[in-house]
Amino acid sequence: MKKYIIKRVFISLITILVLVSVVFALVRLIPGDPFASEKMTPEIKANLERYYGFDKPLIVQYFTYLKNLVTGNLGYSMFYPNLRVNDIIASAFPYSFDLGMRALSMAISFGLILGIVAALNRGKVLDFTCVLIAIIGTSMPDFIIGATLQYFFGIKWGLLPVAQYKGISYTILPSIALGFYTLALVSRVMRANMIETIQQDYIKTAKSKGISKLRVIIKHQIRNAIMPVITILGPIVAALLTGTFVIESIFAIPGMGRHYVQSIQNLDYTIILGMTVFYGSFLVVANMIVDLLYGIVDPRIRVSGE
Amino acid sequence: MEQSKFRVIGKNTEKMESISRPSLTYWKDAWRRMKGNRIAFFSLILIVLYIILAVVGPYMNEFDYTSTNVDKMNYFITSPQFKDMELIESIKDMFQTGHYFGTDEIGRDLWTRVWMGARVSLAIGFIATIINTIVGSIVGGISGYYGGRVDSIIMRIVDVLYGIPYMIVAILIMVVLGAGVTSLIIALVLVGWIGSARFVRGEVLKLKEQEFVEAAKVLGVKDRTIIAKHIIPNIMGLIITNLTMAVPRAIFAEAFLSYIGLGIAPPGCSWGVLAKAGVKLMRIHPYQLFIPAFFISTTMLALNLIGDGMRDALDPKLRNE
Amino acid sequence: MSDKKLIEIDNLEFSFNTYGGEVQAVRGVSFEVKEGEIVGIVGESGCGKSVTAQCLMKLNPEPPGFFKDGSIKYKGEEIITKSERQMRKIRGLEIGFVFQDPMTSLNPTMKIGKQIEEIFIERKMYSRSQMKEKAMEILKTVGISDSETRYNQYPHELSGGMKQRVMIAIALVAEPSVVIADEPTTSLDVTIEAQILDLLRKLKEDLGKSVILITHDLGVIAKLCDRVLVMYGGKIVERGTVDEIFYETRHPYTSGLLSSIAGLDKKRDDELSPILGTPPDLFSPPIGCPFAARCEHAMEICIEELPKEYKISEGHSTLCWLEHEQAPNVKLKAKSYEESDLL
Repeated sequence: MKKYIIKRVFISLITILVLVSVVFALVRLIPGDPFASEKMTPEIKANLERYYGFDKPLIVQYFTYLKNLVTGNLGYSMFYPNLRVNDIIASAFPYSFDLGMRALSMAISFGLILGIVAALNRGKVLDFTCVLIAIIGTSMPDFIIGATLQYFFGIKWGLLPVAQYKGISYTILPSIALGFYTLALVSRVMRANMIETIQQDYIKTAKSKGISKLRVIIKHQIRNAIMPVITILGPIVAALLTGTFVIESIFAIPGMGRHYVQSIQNLDYTIILGMTVFYGSFLVVANMIVDLLYGIVDPRIRVSGE
Repeated sequence: MEQSKFRVIGKNTEKMESISRPSLTYWKDAWRRMKGNRIAFFSLILIVLYIILAVVGPYMNEFDYTSTNVDKMNYFITSPQFKDMELIESIKDMFQTGHYFGTDEIGRDLWTRVWMGARVSLAIGFIATIINTIVGSIVGGISGYYGGRVDSIIMRIVDVLYGIPYMIVAILIMVVLGAGVTSLIIALVLVGWIGSARFVRGEVLKLKEQEFVEAAKVLGVKDRTIIAKHIIPNIMGLIITNLTMAVPRAIFAEAFLSYIGLGIAPPGCSWGVLAKAGVKLMRIHPYQLFIPAFFISTTMLALNLIGDGMRDALDPKLRNE
Repeated sequence: MSDKKLIEIDNLEFSFNTYGGEVQAVRGVSFEVKEGEIVGIVGESGCGKSVTAQCLMKLNPEPPGFFKDGSIKYKGEEIITKSERQMRKIRGLEIGFVFQDPMTSLNPTMKIGKQIEEIFIERKMYSRSQMKEKAMEILKTVGISDSETRYNQYPHELSGGMKQRVMIAIALVAEPSVVIADEPTTSLDVTIEAQILDLLRKLKEDLGKSVILITHDLGVIAKLCDRVLVMYGGKIVERGTVDEIFYETRHPYTSGLLSSIAGLDKKRDDELSPILGTPPDLFSPPIGCPFAARCEHAMEICIEELPKEYKISEGHSTLCWLEHEQAPNVKLKAKSYEESDLL
């Protein structure tokens, strides 16, 4: 197990390094001049370039960036020169994290329930309904779901607020919009797993013991079917994360996604770079945790890894 | 009883191996189940219909997808001039003008724009996915079949690349390359082949360990023949299914990138561009959002359903159903 | 062995619905199991023996499976009409089932001890510590020595033989009157097989249980059973005591089975003679004798009409036209009594 953890951590670190390098290179390749504005004189521009270290050779810039990164310093924004990228992330991340966690917990709990209900009523109307919800969920882009929810619940029926993030009622629509795809995904995977486990021999063994149907379902079927759902948690977190870009824009939530989209439009190199590195590392670490978690939960992997 | 009935006739060599159930080959059986799947079948018809409309749709009225008309802005059955009319009447009126879906905020014809957008969205969806699948199959196939050093090197690279959130990389590539159809395809291929490579490698590995492939190897069959006769036929269905499921993801990616302003630059249009414009005007003219949203969603829905149908049809475990 | 009948099956018919139509897996099977005897059911794969056994506990999935006809009585009570809830009183407590494949028949995410105790958990028969005591005791009975460790292990930490012992422990822990063992040794190697068979014998001899042993291995039957049912094509084609089946074989299929097994008694250059061909597809079973196509003694009548059951002696009968008075006199190959010690 120890060896496995070390190996996994090592791969994650390499991934982050590759990510940082690729992103660094790509950001420098972005066409356009971040300092372009009408009042800009060559002197000010040269000053600014010195301020951000752009006058040095690219390789020096790269290593300076890496060095700063290790100490946790992501530099200053170029659009708002007084803002540190760290501060922007520190102020915006809680919003995104809150939204993400709400969406995640909603999606997983309802997704599992939907998948289980569908599988247990296989071939009946209830199954068809659950499958339909799941298919619609995976077929509608989140910005469309978001805008549709906004239109009906906010504008047409006036039930819930459609913008900002100032209380529980504000979180409902964006959480649903963000989590719906994940909910659909989880329910599809869960349904398929449930249907597969019911054909397993050990279900017959359980039945032969004369235990109740409910216990067979909970202790034997669901318990085994739920394991593989953990493996899709990585992609799920990634989907939620990119989802925040549009959901936060639509609902005017001051989270990271909104800043990210804005900084792309502003050509704010340092924010793009900083946030991408942050996002990337976040996901890589999340994936790693999911992998390790799977090893802990599934007894078969737990032992073979030792 | 008649004595002749007790004449010994012995074994019946023809009948003793007989199987009375109708015998079906793998593909015949898959087709039988695919045909029986009405949902998948209708989905296929819908996609074909969309493709046809993407080709001929823009010529079905006299409007151009970029030309504006200040006299007919935000024209739809919800417009003020239809206020006192019956719904049927207003639809009839609108159809007579040739604006089947109305017009947008600067008077461009939505029908034409939807089908011009369909060209872009569908083309990106299919082309990017097909290239992905080809590249991924070659890399994953080589890696999985030959194994050893090649495999471990390729897989280390893929492992690292797979850990990088693909949407973020796609966003950066789009920022670097600038908006446009070609950049979109490039961006989606650069981030997309890894998934197919991993998938194909996994399937090839599974097949390689099966007895019939090992048997062929032991018999001295050449690698090329094994790949052509055993690996490809067995994996083709899965690859095609995977491809079908990947197309909606690519269409979604296009819509997403266009939505955050990176996909297709104006005056060009795609379903994502139309949806973005629609969201802006959602409060007053919701139809401008719901029309493109309808086409994006139904396309993705239909493709997902076809993929589901194909997967079920190719699953040998479901043969008896 | 007493004469009390525990299980009486009469004309049982069980089928499955598939895309092409009905597959008739069991076509009119009748037999009984007395207290304290081991009944063997032998036949090729697909002959309906497992389905028959699972009918006793209603474990076949319904749908697609369904009871077409007949009755199954356990201690005089009809099983077929029982609800799931009523069946729970029988499953595990009255009849224990040992499944074919120990590798896949244990829940991979549940500890061994828990899987054994599970029978009691909902029934509130014992306290927690009593349940554990029961589990430990049964683990010892089935020959697992370090029961304390095994109790807390997961199935994948055990060898195949160990898993099969655990399966038997699960079937036995509630002390049922009947144990059904479906190919309990097929996936095990020969030394383990001997140990498991020994265990099954003890069930009968020491605990007085009835055992239904399903197998395709006549060797296993010979070592263990009191009575044998030979199944073919969803029907019982011959029944009798072990001696009757082995030494006074009256059905060509049984005879074929006997000459296709290797034994220590075979001389080096004796050839094994397999039964050529495959069993009939029960999708549309033949009108006549199901074995006719593969039978070297087949007559015209065999193809046209199903034979009735001919009684040879009390308890020994065969489903074969050769017993008809008009049929030619055929001497079927059987084991000779001289070989008996070696089998």
